[in-house]
Amino acid sequence: MIEYILGHINYWIIIVLMMIGLYTMMSRPNLIKKMVGLSVFQTGVILLYISMAKVTGGTAPIVAEGFTTYSNPLPQVLMLTAIVVGVATTALGFALIVRIKEAYGTIEEDELEMMDNEE
Amino acid sequence: MADNLILRVMSKALIPVIILFALYVQFHGDYSPGGGFQAGVIFSSAILLYVMVFGLDAAAKVLPDKALIFTASFGVLLYAGTGVVSLFLGGQYLNYSLLANTAMAGQHIGIIVIELGVGLTVASVMLLIFFTFARRTRVE
Amino acid sequence: MISLTIDIVLLIFLLVMAFAILRVHHLLAVAMMFGLYSLLVAGLFMVLDAPDVAFTEAAVGTGIATVLMLATLAVTRVTHEKELKKTNKRALFIVVVTGGLLLYGTHDMSNLGDNMAPAHTEVAKRYIEKGQEETGVPNLVTAVLASYRGFDTLGEVTVVFTAGIGVLLLLRRKQKPRIKGIQGGR
Repeated sequence: MIEYILGHINYWIIIVLMMIGLYTMMSRPNLIKKMVGLSVFQTGVILLYISMAKVTGGTAPIVAEGFTTYSNPLPQVLMLTAIVVGVATTALGFALIVRIKEAYGTIEEDELEMMDNEE
Repeated sequence: MADNLILRVMSKALIPVIILFALYVQFHGDYSPGGGFQAGVIFSSAILLYVMVFGLDAAAKVLPDKALIFTASFGVLLYAGTGVVSLFLGGQYLNYSLLANTAMAGQHIGIIVIELGVGLTVASVMLLIFFTFARRTRVE
Repeated sequence: MISLTIDIVLLIFLLVMAFAILRVHHLLAVAMMFGLYSLLVAGLFMVLDAPDVAFTEAAVGTGIATVLMLATLAVTRVTHEKELKKTNKRALFIVVVTGGLLLYGTHDMSNLGDNMAPAHTEVAKRYIEKGQEETGVPNLVTAVLASYRGFDTLGEVTVVFTAGIGVLLLLRRKQKPRIKGIQGGR
């Protein structure tokens, strides 16, 4: 039982982290705050994958003499590219926010909705 | 922030080191942690520091938008082009083994070339995005 | 054991940061805390034996993403978000249900660091055993990224490029206002 908890507590905390990000994204009307929530959520997903790659007693996956166990390189590769792609798409989101602010004068979602309904 | 002496001196000391580190990460990425993605973002963070301390105009003189757009496209082209070269040499797309006499040397050349492409694209796209945002903060 | 302890301590720090990001209404403070959050995540990647990812997260999260966030705040001239009077019950419900399902899903996952986990015994095993032999590159992350999964990386680079073009299309002015003699850096 204690082994099960120690082996899984890492995943549980990461899932709570992801859910805080998701809640930030869903409940706050401010668009910038939503983007930050999305980034927190995204980092949570990346963390989940990286912790799946961990092998006890292993080292970083760089082949060298004197080591036989390495952590799994595959999730690391996928998440490495995901981080860079993530920041590029986040930048696109920020660019959209800037344009929304110019067009509507606000970045609060409920005010945007009200303005759209008035028209 | 250009009038803050501490910031100016410290960033002048730090920026060359960061750029050197980015180049090390780029070209030594086969043997130590590193590669194109990491080198690209480290390089662009050095320029970012420069822009924040010395202003956008000074940086835009060295890295005009046109050059950045060119390098961004060139990086993708270099990557995709490597695949096409291996097609012409009679292999599959992105099979580097045919780029040199032995499969091992071919793989090595291929990896270095495409990592360079990745690094160029990532660095210049990050800088382009940042420059575009920074221009917007000026007087309307 | 020691690495698990550091891992959990860092994760608890992260929880505190994420909660602070949720609660704080001053957006500048949110941006700075997001930078700190990313730095902690980079440290956590080091503990989890992923130096390549840690590099990237340190430069991207702490550097570029935070600066972009600050730039957006400067352009939109927004400093605070509106404070909400009541909690959003529907969002909370969805989050609790999703989180519960995900927690239930972890029941099937093997323990942290279990070297017999299916993820480590199939394709990854081959990468580790044959990677250096086939590509001549000791850094297996580079070998998988550039050689075994070259198509994947080509796609990712194209996405980065496309996102860059998108930002340019959205934000670039047709006539650039160049005012000589004024330093624009702030």
